Amino acid sequence: MKKEIMALLLAGGQGSRLGVLTKKIAKPAVLYGGKYRIIDFSLSNCINSGIDNVGVLTQYRPQKLNSHIGIGKPWDMDRITGGVTVLSPYMTEDAGQWYLGTANAIFHNIDYIDKVSPKYVIILSGDHIYKMDYSKMIGFHKGKQADATISVIGVPLHEACRYGIMNTDNEDRIFEFEEKPAQPKNTLASMGVYVFSWKILREYLINDDQDKASVHDFGKNIIPKMLNDGKSMWAYRFDGYWRDVGTIQSYWESNMDLVKRVPEFNLYDPDWKIYTPNPVKPAHYVAPEGRIKTSIVAEGCMIYGEVNNSVLFPGVYVSSGAVIKDSIVMSNSFIGRNSIIDKAIISESVVCGDNVKIGIGENIANEKRPDLYNCGITVIGEKASLPDNLQVGKNVVIEVGINQNNYCSFVVESGQSVLKGEECE
Amino acid sequence: MISVMGIILTGWKKPQLKDLSAIRSSSAIPVAGKYRAIDFALSNMVNSGITNVGVITQFSFRSLMDHLGSGKEWDLDRKRDGLFIFPPSMGNDDSGWYKGSADALYNNLTFLKRSDEKYVVIVQGNSVYKMDFEKMLEFHMENKADVTIAYRKMDDFTKDELSQLGIIKTDENQRVTDLQEKPLNPETNLGSMGIYFLERELLISLIEKCVAHGNYDFVKDILIRKLETMKVYGYKFEGYWRNISTVRGYYKCNMELLKPDLIYELFLREGKVYTKVKDETPAKYNQEAEVSNSIVADGCIIEGKVINSVLFRGVTVNKDVVIKDSIIMQDSVIEEGTYLEYAILDKNVRITGGKNLKGDSNWPIIIGKNGFV
Repeated sequence: MKKEIMALLLAGGQGSRLGVLTKKIAKPAVLYGGKYRIIDFSLSNCINSGIDNVGVLTQYRPQKLNSHIGIGKPWDMDRITGGVTVLSPYMTEDAGQWYLGTANAIFHNIDYIDKVSPKYVIILSGDHIYKMDYSKMIGFHKGKQADATISVIGVPLHEACRYGIMNTDNEDRIFEFEEKPAQPKNTLASMGVYVFSWKILREYLINDDQDKASVHDFGKNIIPKMLNDGKSMWAYRFDGYWRDVGTIQSYWESNMDLVKRVPEFNLYDPDWKIYTPNPVKPAHYVAPEGRIKTSIVAEGCMIYGEVNNSVLFPGVYVSSGAVIKDSIVMSNSFIGRNSIIDKAIISESVVCGDNVKIGIGENIANEKRPDLYNCGITVIGEKASLPDNLQVGKNVVIEVGINQNNYCSFVVESGQSVLKGEECE
Repeated sequence: MISVMGIILTGWKKPQLKDLSAIRSSSAIPVAGKYRAIDFALSNMVNSGITNVGVITQFSFRSLMDHLGSGKEWDLDRKRDGLFIFPPSMGNDDSGWYKGSADALYNNLTFLKRSDEKYVVIVQGNSVYKMDFEKMLEFHMENKADVTIAYRKMDDFTKDELSQLGIIKTDENQRVTDLQEKPLNPETNLGSMGIYFLERELLISLIEKCVAHGNYDFVKDILIRKLETMKVYGYKFEGYWRNISTVRGYYKCNMELLKPDLIYELFLREGKVYTKVKDETPAKYNQEAEVSNSIVADGCIIEGKVINSVLFRGVTVNKDVVIKDSIIMQDSVIEEGTYLEYAILDKNVRITGGKNLKGDSNWPIIIGKNGFV
């Protein structure tokens, strides 16, 4: 059977604004919502939209993504024809290079796409949290006989300067595209979801590769070029929940959206399940002294303490007397007795001792990276270890794999960082 | 890898499980929030390195077949070996239903003959336990036994429960001197776990002879008769073990699994327990939720009070609900203002608002699958 459509999922970005969360993994591999990784949303959208032919383009630290995706079993993408393929940068006879930009990444995989030779391709980003039926967008693309369709979402005018903005006529035909405009004329932001007719995109990719001035990016080069050439380009409006979760704050907020009574973003919909490899863990246990309110708790957790307004991933152990509030605790982390965790993101396999306090004191932005850590959230890197009685302030970052010997003092004030190899004063 | 193949017997009719087994084999009964009883036997095999496993089914095996599928959840979807399911099949001679455990094995003799492992371990599909069959094999080889039976000192069983088991006596060398099947007055509290280790060739010849003499039961017609002529040894198992054959036993077992020590022993230490995945999202607790001493699976949404209970995947507990000492299976919904105590709700039950259902600790109330109250 010839495939009419194939999806190409851009999953090579670091997501550097997520700081220590993406030190060892690419942004699409970051954990989300008590069980998932960010890329699960795009992958599940594909299979739920009937697209079973997906190329995932990786570049930055792809190990976790590779093992996560595997042969695509959790998404029912282990197929004889089609299925999921991880496409990493490769060497050729004369040279080899990293993907230089989003368009360049697709350009390097033209052979892969030609083998399927689809009529349309949908370009996705593995960075976003949303549920979307791509088949409707493709229907729209066909109906308009478009060359390209870009999905857009309305954003508040004062935030429009952070997005790629589509200026459209009253039928939603795009006549202008502005990347992060200082004076936005419109509030329709690109979601990074594009449908192209493959023949046309193929041509543009080849021409773009020859263009020395190009940075080989869809938003910066391909889309403006097509607009210039007067191609038929349309905006497809999406009005559901969509988040970029590109910063510590937006990541934290989007996780917290899930614990609300009737969350705007519903993960319990049996008709649009989000798939991910299932951890092999028993149902979670709440001890007689355990207390959980307004939270999401995954399997394999053992709860002896108090959990409030938080998201707990599989296998988290909360000792008795411990209090977890407004926090995200990722898989297999351990929280010791009487420790108080307030507004923190705790990565995977962190060991937090007894009587530790996180999130105390004033809200002072991080001294080294005020651009990343400034909204009161303290972030603990993967496999870090926190000694008993440690006191940690706000906007603190504790690096990946910090052990008990890396601390200069049992008090880490707001805005400080605990890094490896730092000399104590 | 050890040269052992596994056979799981999924049991005969269990009238004492009442509604719970009306629609399913006792091996398919849901336990501990997300498992079915047979997951324990299967996972024990896989964790012990056994990759050639036959499951012999007899009664109401539809849900069991659905659960096992191709065996992929246990990593048993293999090109070599893997999982084989043997439901009874009607032959030319009108045979059909297996007349007993030996007859069941006889009907699937080809499976035994075609396999090339040296040893066979035969286990029951309705038991909850964690066991390393490799250790049992070592014991079997050390004693140069013909047959080894796993047994356990059933200190935590009542006399009634004991008389549901095979009761053995051993001498000081662990050799089995007596084996009584379901005696009214058990003489010891050494209960057989229904786990038998022997060489594959020996099993084939025992089965062939047994059936040729018109007998059909592995325990009564083979083991008990051959106690004196064969070297039958007892392998003492010290861990937790329950077989699920009565409602009371089923209820008790689930409640016992609320002890963290047991959660560690069965699920977290030395080998995982695998089961069919459901892709549920993690459980959600709302502001009014009050949950204590309970286990809660993925996909639950809780707004009420849950005490000493087991909630399976996808259970919804609405506001002002109290659930005490109960077992609520998959996808059941308990609406506002309802009170449940000592209740077992099968899958997909809906209890409408304001109801009051109360059983007794020895006699929990059961609401059958898809029930509407």
